[in-house]
Amino acid sequence: MDDDAVPIFRMEAISKRYGGVHALDHADLVVRAGRVHAILGENGAGKSTLIKIMSGVVAPDEGRMLLDGQEVSFANPAAANAAGIVCIFQELSLIPDLSVADNIVISNPPTRFGMIDRKAQQAIAMAALERAGGGDIHPMELVKDLPLSRRQIVEIAKALARKPRVLILDEATSALTAADVETVFGVLKRLRSEGIALLYISHRMHEIAELADDCTVFRNGRKIATYPAGSKSDDEVVELMIGREYSSVFPPKQDNVDRVAAPVLEARNLSWMQRLNGISLTARAGEVVGLGGLDGQGQRELLLALFGVLRGVSGEVLIDGKPRNISGPRAAKAADIGMALIPEDRKTEGLMLPMSVRDNLSFAAMRQISRGGIVDRKAESAAIDRMMKLLAIKAANPAIPVGALSGGNQQKVVIAKWLMVEPRIILLNDPTRGIDVGTKQEIYALLRQLAAEGAAIILYSTDYDELIGCCDRVLVLYDGAVKRELAGAEITEHALIASALNIDHRESVA
Amino acid sequence: MNGLRYRFAEQRGMLLALAIFVLMFALYVANHPAGFTPNVVQTAANKGVLLALVAVAQTFVVLTAGIDLSVGMIFILANCLASYLLVGTPIGVALGVGGVLLTGLACGALNGLLVIYGRLQPIVITIATGAVFFGIALWIRPYPGSAAGFSSDLADALTGKVFGIIPASLLFLVVLVLVVWVPFRRSVIGRAVYAVGSSEPAAYMSGVPVMRAKFTAYMLSGLFAAMGGLFMTFFTYSGEASLANGNTYTLSSIAAVVLGGVSLFGGRGSAIGAIFGALAFRAIGDLLFVFDFDPLWQPLFQGVVLLLAVSLGAARLFQVRNRLDLFS
Repeated sequence: MDDDAVPIFRMEAISKRYGGVHALDHADLVVRAGRVHAILGENGAGKSTLIKIMSGVVAPDEGRMLLDGQEVSFANPAAANAAGIVCIFQELSLIPDLSVADNIVISNPPTRFGMIDRKAQQAIAMAALERAGGGDIHPMELVKDLPLSRRQIVEIAKALARKPRVLILDEATSALTAADVETVFGVLKRLRSEGIALLYISHRMHEIAELADDCTVFRNGRKIATYPAGSKSDDEVVELMIGREYSSVFPPKQDNVDRVAAPVLEARNLSWMQRLNGISLTARAGEVVGLGGLDGQGQRELLLALFGVLRGVSGEVLIDGKPRNISGPRAAKAADIGMALIPEDRKTEGLMLPMSVRDNLSFAAMRQISRGGIVDRKAESAAIDRMMKLLAIKAANPAIPVGALSGGNQQKVVIAKWLMVEPRIILLNDPTRGIDVGTKQEIYALLRQLAAEGAAIILYSTDYDELIGCCDRVLVLYDGAVKRELAGAEITEHALIASALNIDHRESVA
Repeated sequence: MNGLRYRFAEQRGMLLALAIFVLMFALYVANHPAGFTPNVVQTAANKGVLLALVAVAQTFVVLTAGIDLSVGMIFILANCLASYLLVGTPIGVALGVGGVLLTGLACGALNGLLVIYGRLQPIVITIATGAVFFGIALWIRPYPGSAAGFSSDLADALTGKVFGIIPASLLFLVVLVLVVWVPFRRSVIGRAVYAVGSSEPAAYMSGVPVMRAKFTAYMLSGLFAAMGGLFMTFFTYSGEASLANGNTYTLSSIAAVVLGGVSLFGGRGSAIGAIFGALAFRAIGDLLFVFDFDPLWQPLFQGVVLLLAVSLGAARLFQVRNRLDLFS
């Protein structure tokens, strides 16, 4: 490390717990002026908690932060900004109904006689846009009318207008086109030469190679290593990022795949709004197909497209070898298709929290448990009892509200709700996120059992272990397309990460 | 640079409301037996200004993505209070006006504090506080009437005509817009109100004073609702704790705001749009009278026109590509 570069900001033994989970465990970080410091780690390694603490969004449980050698603490993002620490968040912090110029000066608009000085604002905005490589964006345009990549440029301009000393970029290039990335890199290099400290979080290894001076790897909330950029090979870096043992929480895989019949589900060349770029896939009865890759590469959109939620999807979906037009969730769950989607956000899309376990379980399966439009109470209780036993849902009584159950049990209710429909095709969107290991294990066993009974399962997971332990095949998505297909023994963490990061090497087959 | 296009887009909601108003009002005067005379305009203006003031009150809160169901009751409370306080010498009347406006501010402040610190939905809180405000109005004025020594000088000045042509109430409304709305729109806190309504998390992350913005919005809402009540007293020379009136004003204010291009999702629209919305809504209601229809048709007719008007604003939903976005 370059010792001439002065540390502007320093974090010492920072810890943060959410419930029983250590998001950060005694993490250290030193940020120096005039350098680009890359932060690497898997999903859930603690990177986002780290920057949330730096930028005043959450307060640490323990540890201290030093700015220019003075201990500091930030009550809110405004306080961190005032101290010169500015973060460009992955979820955009722009206000959709305000103009570009309004957004750029939002935290500290120029005023004259107590009113906002629109001329001065326009000038500041144009200068900042120019610096951020967005000279073509009109400052009076509403943010919501801009495409995503242009919004990201506005976000960068907004950060620059605050005159940062430490600039944090959290996946700031993920929404950008290749040409925009070039522009942004030029901007970042100039900022570095102006003595600003840059903290760069990205999953894109070649970007880090081009830009970073120092790298720090996080894993499971701990800092694993800090090293000068370029001193380690990609392989070594991936090793540092994984570095943990498998626990065998997964049931053995059995080959029940029906290779004779036409695939239960086949998609050909699905495209939608530049988020899906020609995806084809098949899923056969008895098969668990995983979707891998970095977060946000089109996995969610793919599941929604299959389930008929998206409008204007081009391409073909075939059920049992016959082309079908699935117009929405109602059509998807009908008996002749038999598709179920376990959604990502159980609190909004999966459950009605204030309603009882019984009602939640019955919603999707009304057809199965009613006769002539009247709910058959007996059939309903029988089906609910069966589900509660099958999934070992720990609720004193099916009449208590779902909101009163633990996260793991809520997730079981979501799954049970869809199993009541007796689906042949089960789409799961990151079903084990934020639930405990015990419940995870039960869900894995259930997935295997359902596959053994002849269901075709598509599982999107942000947890690589899960893809390795559960899936017969894994499709790794990158930028809305299938980057690589891994089957059987090819599914290793190394291969998953390497293809997710789009680093091209194939020697990873064990 | 061509900023005109964006300026126009910003005013589109307001211009639509203006167009509807001009159309409806033209129909109204064209068929009015007396025609386009200062007296007809004065009457229409006086009725319109009442609703316009309450609609502006509603606008402030709706801009923060909230809703204020107590505006009608603050209006009634101010009306009842004014029927007691507007007495005696000009100084006495001025003090009375001050008292009424301060009461409105206090009502708004209470709403704001409850929404911010109570963390309940604005709709629930304002139903409750609205009932409280109405209860106080009923308590101080159980029967319609006014205090002995009620001074009508100010009332006559503000509901009459200036130079024999221009309705004074309309002039007053224009002055209010210039003195309160325009500075608000261009102030830092005004922008914060829009930011909070458009995306509260993003506003917070950008260091916008979220609580101060909401508090200001509710205070201004209370102030304008009270001004509406004050005008009611100017027209009627008396106060009346009428539950039906309060509810009508609350609901009509929401209709006027929507008609005026203010988004109920927050962050978009202007008080000027809401004013035209209110005037248009009133004109629509009065249209039946000049066409000699049975007044019983009024609610039905008003409802249908309102539905048509808001449908224009919903056209964008046909462009949604992810059906889940329809629900967010």
